[in-house]
Amino acid sequence: MAAPMLRWGCRGRRWALACVDGGSCHRRGAPTGSTSNRIRGQSSVAQQPLHTAQKPRKGEHKWAAVVGLEIHAQISSNSKLFSGSQVRFSAPPNSLVSFFDASLPGTLPVLNRRCVEAAVMTGLALNCHINKKSLFDRKHYFYADLPAGYQITQHRLPIAVNGSLTYGISAGKECGQVIPKMVRVKQIQLEQDSGKSLHDDLRSQTLIDLNRAEGQLRVDANISVHHPGEPLGVRTEVKNLNSIRFLAKAIDYEIQRQISELENGGEILNETRSFHEKLGCTVSMRDKEAKQDYRFMPEPNLPPLLLYDATSLPTGADPQQVINIDQIRETLPELPSVTRERLVQQYGMLPEHSFTLLNEVGLLEFFQNVMKETRAEPKKVTSWVLNIFLGYLKQENLAVSESPVTPSALAELLDLLDSRTISSSAAKQVFEELWKREGKTPGQIVSEKQLELMQDRGALEQFCYSVMKDHPQVVMDVKKGNPRAINKLIGLVRKATLNRADPAVIKEILEKQLSS
Amino acid sequence: MLARALWLGLRVPLGGPRGFTSKTDPQGSGRITAEVIEHLERLALVDFGSREAVARLEKAIAFADRLRAVDTDGVEPMESVLEDRCLYLRSDNVVEGNCADELLQNSHRVVEEYFVAPPGNIPLPKLDEQEPFPHS
Repeated sequence: MAAPMLRWGCRGRRWALACVDGGSCHRRGAPTGSTSNRIRGQSSVAQQPLHTAQKPRKGEHKWAAVVGLEIHAQISSNSKLFSGSQVRFSAPPNSLVSFFDASLPGTLPVLNRRCVEAAVMTGLALNCHINKKSLFDRKHYFYADLPAGYQITQHRLPIAVNGSLTYGISAGKECGQVIPKMVRVKQIQLEQDSGKSLHDDLRSQTLIDLNRAEGQLRVDANISVHHPGEPLGVRTEVKNLNSIRFLAKAIDYEIQRQISELENGGEILNETRSFHEKLGCTVSMRDKEAKQDYRFMPEPNLPPLLLYDATSLPTGADPQQVINIDQIRETLPELPSVTRERLVQQYGMLPEHSFTLLNEVGLLEFFQNVMKETRAEPKKVTSWVLNIFLGYLKQENLAVSESPVTPSALAELLDLLDSRTISSSAAKQVFEELWKREGKTPGQIVSEKQLELMQDRGALEQFCYSVMKDHPQVVMDVKKGNPRAINKLIGLVRKATLNRADPAVIKEILEKQLSS
Repeated sequence: MLARALWLGLRVPLGGPRGFTSKTDPQGSGRITAEVIEHLERLALVDFGSREAVARLEKAIAFADRLRAVDTDGVEPMESVLEDRCLYLRSDNVVEGNCADELLQNSHRVVEEYFVAPPGNIPLPKLDEQEPFPHS
């Protein structure tokens, strides 16, 4: 998600819920006890099969899996979504709790302006349609960390819908090619978070802290399988996914489990499953109280949330009390997809390069700083930054900010290369020296190690001539038409010149001398 | 309470496959089955306790069903009686909290500034395990 996750949440925190799907959608909030028909009616048609079974068995029909992700992200703000208590990480239990957060009778929710702005920004960044009118609802269920007995959410009409996110996946380790992909965002909604439960199994009790819930970013996956062209299958919801890696594992497992189950004549239950990390499988969470009916109803204490744009802004309105979508759009920074496109256009780099530049924190800035200070061609700079510089960083597991080589140093080095003061291999040597953090500039290293290319063409011609004279049999091989022989000659000249000659120039001189 | 006030002058429409009553009793007399009562009791944690309470519920449903007689084609539903009000937007400032001691006094059991709750939701006894209407 594009939403920045900067701070931890507290009880009653704001969470923007983004329902992201790669194919059809599985709407959040459908109770586990509901019929699958109702879910199908609400979801859009699957269009993009994400996975097909490797070996078609019975029936020989291909399977298509449909996956929907439900992402909970905390908004960065000073106070909570519906109350003025603080948002802070690691506070003493129940110290950031107001009377409303504790659900004391007579308290009312008061919406935080900053949270609405954040939700609108997120919606705009994800290409959503922003609903100028959205509604709050109550979702009822009983649990000790939800003292009100319900959660305020946006079930019927959320703040943003129908967005998309483009991203890239690497095609293969070798070619480094990046394939652009797009995922649909079904909706983004503002909602409260529940408190935190600490289970004390020893004393058979649960300790409740109404400050916050666990984690700043949580994902649940909804998975179903079907044959393309047929109606969607029954979905299961998989929870307890603590990393991207486990998310992928859980989805893969669940898809296979559902396919096996159905191919063996079984059926899929609309249920919630938990991912068991060690076993790498999903386990049913059903218990006797499985029937879950959230009894959604409009939140009676909150009027509809109205948003405006430049054209619909009411005149003479208190600016504190109105939210202008157009104004918020202007505060958005350049989005990654736009930056990538700009890099490709401006510097002529390949799309996969633009992905790499943006995927590493600080790398784009580094690249741009080098570009500012060097005369070298963008393609050269790109190649050096993405291959050599990034390679060294990765080898030592360093962040860009920890790099011993500054953009200025690399720029100076590339200038030396560009002006043909040094050869490409000499440049790599200099880079290695720079990485040692000895505080020397590229210029200093070049002169210390005498890496300057010979500029005297006459002297170089002399070297070539003497090498050819000393190795007549190699010269014969070249004249016979052996393609490798000339490389041998070049190597000999390079050795003779202590590697201070440009191999390309050597070759050119040799060829000229051989033909005469 | 609502049901009691309303059933004084009520004409209960019989029959017709309308609303909730249609699922509960094929004869259309507005009876609600024991399964539905059990379901409602679990959902809302209310205790219907007596046949009289169930009858009151049936009458309340029948009363509400009369809404279906109104033609609402093309009419936008009213979601909230507040729909003409402005939703007040609060500035993002910290103005409350820091009253753990006060709040914890409300709790029967407390452990080191945490509220104490049972280990999980305690399931209600099943229908057949319950005594039918202990307080009739």
